[in-house]
Amino acid sequence: MGLFDKFRKGLEKSRTGLWGRLGGWIQGGKIDDTVYDEMEEALLAADVGFDTAIWLVEQVRRAQRQNRVTDPKELPRLLMDAMVDALSGPDPQMHFAESGPTLMLVVGVNGVGKTTSIAKLAHYYQQQGKKVILAAGDTFRAAAIEQLTEWGGRIGCDVVRHSQGADPAAVVFDAISAARSRNADLILCDTAGRLHNKANLMNELAKIHKVAERELPGSPHEVLLVLDAVTGQNALSQAKVFQEVVNVSGIVVTKLDGTAKGGVVLPIVRERQIAVKWVGLGEQMDDLEPFDARAFAQAICSYADEAE
Amino acid sequence: MFEGLSSSLQKALGKLRSKGKLTEEDVQAAMREVRLALLAADVNVKVVKQFVDRVRERAVGQDVQKSLTPGQQVVKIVHEELTELMGGSAARLNMAPKPPTVVMLVGLQGAGKTTTAAKLALSFRKHDHRPLLVAADVYRPAAITQLQVLGKQIDIPVFEMGTSVDPVRIAQQGIAEATRLGADVVIVDTAGRLHIDEQLMDELSRMQQAVTPNEVLLVVDAMTGQDAVHVAETFHEQLSITGVILTKLDGDTRGGAALTVRAVTGCPIKFTGMGEKIEPLEVFHPDRLASRILGMGDVLGLIEKA
Ligand SMILES: Nc1nc2c(ncn2[C@@H]2O[C@H](COP(=O)(O)OP(=O)(O)OP(=O)(O)O)[C@@H](O)[C@H]2O)c(=O)[nH]1
Ligand SMILES: Nc1nc2c(ncn2[C@@H]2O[C@H](COP(=O)(O)OP(=O)(O)OP(=O)(O)O)[C@@H](O)[C@H]2O)c(=O)[nH]1
Ligand SMILES: [Mg+2]
Ligand SMILES: [Mg+2]
Repeated sequence: MGLFDKFRKGLEKSRTGLWGRLGGWIQGGKIDDTVYDEMEEALLAADVGFDTAIWLVEQVRRAQRQNRVTDPKELPRLLMDAMVDALSGPDPQMHFAESGPTLMLVVGVNGVGKTTSIAKLAHYYQQQGKKVILAAGDTFRAAAIEQLTEWGGRIGCDVVRHSQGADPAAVVFDAISAARSRNADLILCDTAGRLHNKANLMNELAKIHKVAERELPGSPHEVLLVLDAVTGQNALSQAKVFQEVVNVSGIVVTKLDGTAKGGVVLPIVRERQIAVKWVGLGEQMDDLEPFDARAFAQAICSYADEAE
Repeated sequence: MFEGLSSSLQKALGKLRSKGKLTEEDVQAAMREVRLALLAADVNVKVVKQFVDRVRERAVGQDVQKSLTPGQQVVKIVHEELTELMGGSAARLNMAPKPPTVVMLVGLQGAGKTTTAAKLALSFRKHDHRPLLVAADVYRPAAITQLQVLGKQIDIPVFEMGTSVDPVRIAQQGIAEATRLGADVVIVDTAGRLHIDEQLMDELSRMQQAVTPNEVLLVVDAMTGQDAVHVAETFHEQLSITGVILTKLDGDTRGGAALTVRAVTGCPIKFTGMGEKIEPLEVFHPDRLASRILGMGDVLGLIEKA
């Protein structure tokens, strides 16, 4: 099942949502302020946030005037185009080392799906023939190391680990030497979940980043910020602080197999110019897909499709 | 963001300062700011709408208390209504007339159930109970080990049966084990699940029928956005939850999901989680969260002084 279908499946089960009500304004017959108010409200109900909701509605209004659109059935399409536009700015490519191992750091607040996303990425790249090493850089949370180790076993890749309470930077250091001696292509570094408002934990992350930079010049080649699709406006603050501390190069949006639409990604991409690179669609290792702006927008606006 | 809204709120309300009576337009302007504050805090749009309507009704035409400016009066009404919506005073846990008391923790993936299970056990022990933790998450890699590690940290027994047994049976056996150990509280940690996952939701229903828990607590991440309404609605429909625990309030989220969940389920928020360290849970204070949701702690401070 593709992203679109999974998304749709989630949506079908959540008709009580405002998105479900959008059907209302495309049947109304006339394009007026009420229609745009409904659109704004629907966007707010998808976690798009006030500023971006207003902005998107303005984009649609402008496109409608410019193209002399009179049929409200066209509006969802215009809205979708505006979303795709907003999401397509930054470069969605993954970056790799020109030679030697590539190192990716995976960061985010607690429980968003970092460790699981690492397992999915490891599986994805192993399938492409790359040799992957996992670095158990969460030395803090209870059984975080065991969790990653179990994933490593399932996927069939090595896990570099220290004991609980060890310095995570030292784990990364060891993973780099292990990757060199074992000729690995890719090091995926797990990190402990941390709230961005905790300065000491953010400093620790900066230190991990610095060690990677020093021990493997050119790295980290990717710093992926994991965001839970169910998160509301706080994700903006997460993106801002993580970007400042470790220079985030891409976003993974997880748990899109639920009913949450991950709409907060829109203001993040728009304001911070960080590309969404992957979406997580379940708890298994193959529940990961490259981000597709159109599918994402289309899934959110699936009513548009149904109206055809 | 916090300070920004707080000051814009003050500014909007400040305009009302010189008035002796609040007119419709005065209140309209203030309500716009309140609406924005609630939306920025992730309170559900529908809930925001209803809420703002109610406050408007109360505020318009009301004579202003001598000690307050009209603006402060509106803030006071908003704060009162928010506090009321979140359940007024703190709620208590239902205890079994005949032990053991059984508590099931349920919720979405990563919400903080396992961590909260340990914290809750510690809270019970503080009140001279003898809790037992039951590891009924057989899906997430190392979920059982996680609970065991936490149990060991705080010296509370953990019952597990591995990962190839039906979680319903684990919960049942957990109660038998509690009786054997002389534990009077059983806390069941369940796997995270999506509210639309029929199979896993059904597993919870079966567990509930099998162990007739005294409390089914929905663990909700305070950072949750608008979807909190679906999540709470569905969990409540299927399990008749008895309360909510709000986690990760040590972050800078304003926690509007709490208001949504409360409004949708009518269930009280019983505790809050404030960190990763295993410490007893904090009792929920509706008034404090009300200030936080509005991002206007300092405004309230001013009113209290008035
Ligand atoms: N439904 C669904 N669940 C997911 C997805 N990604 C992760 N999860 C689940 O979310 C929970 C948390 O995932 P983890 O990978 O442990 O999250 P984390 O960010 O590493 O958590 P911490 O290390 O504790 O901060 C687990 O139960 C995962 O199975 C997803 O895309 N969809
Ligand atoms: N900062 C903070 N982190 C918390 C809090 N409660 C839990 N966490 C963290 O959130 C992450 C997820 O917590 P868990 O207890 O594993 O969540 P869960 O609901 O059991 O997750 P699943 O079993 O995968 O569904 C972990 O990193 C915890 O340390 C809290 O109140 N504050
Ligand atoms: Mg992790
Ligand atoms: Mg758990």
